Amino acid sequence: MVYFFQQLLNGLQLGFVYALIALGYTMVYGIVRLINFAHGDVFMIGAYLGFYFLGKFGLPLPFAILGAMTGCAILGMTIEKLAYKPLRMAPRIAALITAIGVSLFLEYFTSLKFVFGPNYLPYPRPFPIKNYTLSGITLSNIQIIVFAIAIGLMIFLQLFVTKTKTGMAMRAVSFDKETAQLMGIDINRIISITFGIGSALAGAGGVLYGIAYPQINPFMGIMPGLKAFVAAVLGGIGIIPGAMIGAIIMGVVEVLTAAFVSSTLRDAVAFAILIIVLLIKPTGILGKPATEKV
Amino acid sequence: MKYFQALKLIGLILVVYLVLQFLIILEIINPYWQQILCCALIIAVSALGLNLIYGFTGQFSLGHAAFYGLGAYLSAYISKTIQSGSPLVLLLGMTSGAILSGLVAFLIGLPILRLRSDYLGIATLGFGIIVKIFFDNADALIPSLGGSRGMIGIPKLTTFAWVYFIFIIAVILLRNLVDSSIGRALVSIREDEVAAEAVGINTTKYKTIGFIIGCSYAGVAGALYAHLYSFLHPANFDFLKSIDVMLIIVLGGLGSISGTIITAIAWTFLLEGLRVVLPEAILDWRLVIYPLLLIIVMLIRPKGIFGGKEFKLLRPKLITK
Amino acid sequence: MTQLQKGVQKVQNCSRPLLAIRKLTKYFGGLKAVANFDLDLNQGELVGLIGPNGAGKTTVFNLITGMYIPTTGSIKFQGEEITGLKPHKIARLGITRTFQNIRLFPELTVLDNVRIAYHHHTQCGLFHTLFRTRTFRHEEQELTQKAKEFLAIFGLETRWNEISKNLPYGEQRRLEIARALVSEPKLLLLDEPAAGMNPFEVNQLMQLIAWIRDRFRLTILLIEHQMRVVMGICERVVVMDFGEIIAQGKPEEVQNDPKVIEAYLGKVTVAG
Repeated sequence: MVYFFQQLLNGLQLGFVYALIALGYTMVYGIVRLINFAHGDVFMIGAYLGFYFLGKFGLPLPFAILGAMTGCAILGMTIEKLAYKPLRMAPRIAALITAIGVSLFLEYFTSLKFVFGPNYLPYPRPFPIKNYTLSGITLSNIQIIVFAIAIGLMIFLQLFVTKTKTGMAMRAVSFDKETAQLMGIDINRIISITFGIGSALAGAGGVLYGIAYPQINPFMGIMPGLKAFVAAVLGGIGIIPGAMIGAIIMGVVEVLTAAFVSSTLRDAVAFAILIIVLLIKPTGILGKPATEKV
Repeated sequence: MKYFQALKLIGLILVVYLVLQFLIILEIINPYWQQILCCALIIAVSALGLNLIYGFTGQFSLGHAAFYGLGAYLSAYISKTIQSGSPLVLLLGMTSGAILSGLVAFLIGLPILRLRSDYLGIATLGFGIIVKIFFDNADALIPSLGGSRGMIGIPKLTTFAWVYFIFIIAVILLRNLVDSSIGRALVSIREDEVAAEAVGINTTKYKTIGFIIGCSYAGVAGALYAHLYSFLHPANFDFLKSIDVMLIIVLGGLGSISGTIITAIAWTFLLEGLRVVLPEAILDWRLVIYPLLLIIVMLIRPKGIFGGKEFKLLRPKLITK
Repeated sequence: MTQLQKGVQKVQNCSRPLLAIRKLTKYFGGLKAVANFDLDLNQGELVGLIGPNGAGKTTVFNLITGMYIPTTGSIKFQGEEITGLKPHKIARLGITRTFQNIRLFPELTVLDNVRIAYHHHTQCGLFHTLFRTRTFRHEEQELTQKAKEFLAIFGLETRWNEISKNLPYGEQRRLEIARALVSEPKLLLLDEPAAGMNPFEVNQLMQLIAWIRDRFRLTILLIEHQMRVVMGICERVVVMDFGEIIAQGKPEEVQNDPKVIEAYLGKVTVAG
C-alpha cells in the first residue's frame, strides 16, 4: 500500500510536467485548431535554456525558469509568425505538416555539434536533494518544487484566462473567430499571445523535467510532447482544466503501469485508455458532446 | 482503338522495366542505388494506400506504419519458418501480409472510423504506438520475431522485378478503384459526409472499405520491405514512420496518385542523395535541410506539389459508348 | 393471399398516406426543438412548411431523413417505420433532400455529383471494379448516360465537366435538386430552395418544382421563406412556431389565420 502511494506520488510528478506541456497544446488547438507538433520541441528548448542558465551562468532556479519561459515564449511566437500565420487560410493539413517540419527542424538543428549536440547531457542540480519521509512515503524537495511551480502556474493561467481582458479575448477568439473580430478583437495579437503563453508554460515544464529526470537531449520532447497532446485530447481539447486532468491521468497511469504491470507496456496502456475514452466520449472527459450541424 | 491503347500502356511499362533492369545489370545503377530505388517504390506503394485512406476518403490516419509493420513481420515470420528461397514464399508473404493488415484494419476500423478528423488521427496514432510496443515485446510470444533486438535472418527475396511490378499493379488497381462508382462513393465521404449519406451512400461501409484496402497496400509494401533488407526492427514502424508517409502524400497533393508516386521517389532519393552530395563536414545538415524544404514547399504550395492533379495516363477516363 | 385480400390491400395502400408522422418530438439537451409534430403527406402532394426562424423546420427535415434520431414519436414511410434507420437507408427507401446551405461535393465535377447519387443502383463489386471487367464498363456507361440525361433535364448538360463549387449559385441549387432526383425518390424534401435567388430565378424555380413533381410523380415537402413561392405552388401549408404546428390548411386560409399572422405572417405584412 505504501508502495502504491509512493508510485501515485511519482505519477503525479510526471503528470504535472505533462500538464504544463498539455496546456500549451490545448490553448493553441482551441484557438487555431492546429496540432502544434513543434510544441514538444519548444519544451526541449526550455529544458536546454534552463540547463545553460543553471549550469553555465549559475542562476538560481526561479530566474532560470523565468529565463526559459521568456526564451520559449519568444520562440513560440516566432514560429507562429513565420510558419503558421501564412497558412491560416490554407487547408488545415498544410499547417499540420509545417508544424511537423518545424518540429524536425528544431530537433535536428539543435543536435548539430555547434548547437546542443546529439548526446545526452546530465542536468545540473540547483540544490542537493532532500527527502522527507511520512509514514513510509518519501517526498523529495524536487517533487515539492515541481508540484508548487506547476500548480502555481496553472492557477495563474486560470486567473489570466478568466479575469483579464486579454484572457477573455482569447476565449472569445477560440469560441468564434469571426464574431470576435467584429467585436474589435485583434485576432493576430491574441493568437500570438496564446502561442507565447503556451510556449512559456512548456519552457517551465522543460526546466522542471530537467531537474526531476536529470538527463536531456534534443529528442527528449517527442514522447512527452505526444503524451501531453494525448492528455489534452483525453481531457477535452481546448479546455484548460481538461488538459490538467488528462495530463495527471496520463502521468499516473504511466507510472503505475510501469510499477505494477511492466515498464515496457507503460505507453501501451496509456494509449489504450486514450482510444477507449475517445470511443466512449469522442470529445474527451470534460468536452461537450458535439452535435453535427446539418 | 481501345486495345491499341492498352497495348501501348503495356509496352511502356515493359520498356521502362527493361531499361531499368538493363542499367542494373550494367551496374550503371549500382546495388546501393538499386536498393534505394526499391525502397522508394515500396514506400510509394504504402503511400498510395494512405492516399486512398486520407487523400481520397478523407479519413485522417496517423497509424499507417503499424499496418506496414504487420505485413512485414507476418511475411518475415512465414518465410523464416518455411526456410525456402523460392519467390513463391514472397508471394505468399505479401498475400498474407495484405490479409492480416486488412483484417486488423477491419477490426480496428469498425469502432474508430466513427471518430472525425483530428480525433481519428489521434486514435490511429495511439493504435500505431500500441502495435509498435507489441513489436518491441513480440519475442516474449514468438522468440523468432526478435522483439526490441530486431528480427534477423529473413531471406532476401525482394528483387527489383518484384518491386517494380507490384508497384505497377498497385498503381493500376488504385486508379481503377478511384475512377469508378465505388471510388466516387469514397471521395464523396471526403467531400461531405452528411451529403453522402443523404444521397444513399453507406458512409460507414465505404470508410471501412477504403481503410481496409489502404492498409492492405501497407501490408504488401511491408512484406516487400522485410525481404529487401533481411532485417526488421520495431523502430522502423514507430509513429515517425507513419508521419513520413503522411508527409509524402500531403506534399504530393492529397488525392493525386501522380503526386504520391513522384514525392515518394523524390523524398527517398533526396534523403539519400543529400548523403552523397553533401561534403562530410556538413553531413549532419542533411536532416536540417529536409524539414526546411518541407516547410518551404508547404508555404509555397499548401495544396501539395500536384494539388490533386494527375498525369494524363492516370486521369479518370469517361467511359461512353 | 387470395385475390380479394390483395385487392383490399391495394385499396388500403392507396388511401394510406405516403408519409405519416406522429407525435414527433426532439429535444437537444433541455431544449425543445420539435414537439408533438403530426403530419400526413399523401401521394403527389406539394406541401409547404413555413414558420419563423428557429421554429424547427429544418429539424423536422433532419428527423425525417434520419440525420437526427427523434426523442419520441414515429415516422412511417409507405407504412414502414423508418425512425432509427441510418440516413442512407432512408434515402434508398425513397426520401431525398436538399440542404438550406447547399451541400454539393464541392471539388467534384457536376457529372460526378450526380453519378454518386446513383451509386446505390449499381451492382458492380470490388472485383469488377478493380479489374475493369466488361460488366463494369457496361454499368459505368449506363450510369454516365443516366446522369447526363438528368443534367439535360436541369439545363446543366453543357456544364457536366465543371467543378461544382465554381458554378453560379442558381446552378448549384439546380444541381443539388438534380442530385436528389437521380435516384428517383418518392418523396423530395427541399430546404429553402429559393434562398439567395433573384426574382427571375425564383420564377424559373417555381416552374421547375411544379414540373418535376408531375414528371417524376413526386411528393414534395418544402421549407421556404419567400411567401411568393409557398403561396404560388403549394397546395397545403403547415405553419410551425416554437417546434409545434400552429396552423395548417390551404395557403389562403393559413394566410388569414390570426395565429399565423401573429407568429409569422404578421411580420411579413408589416414589412411589406
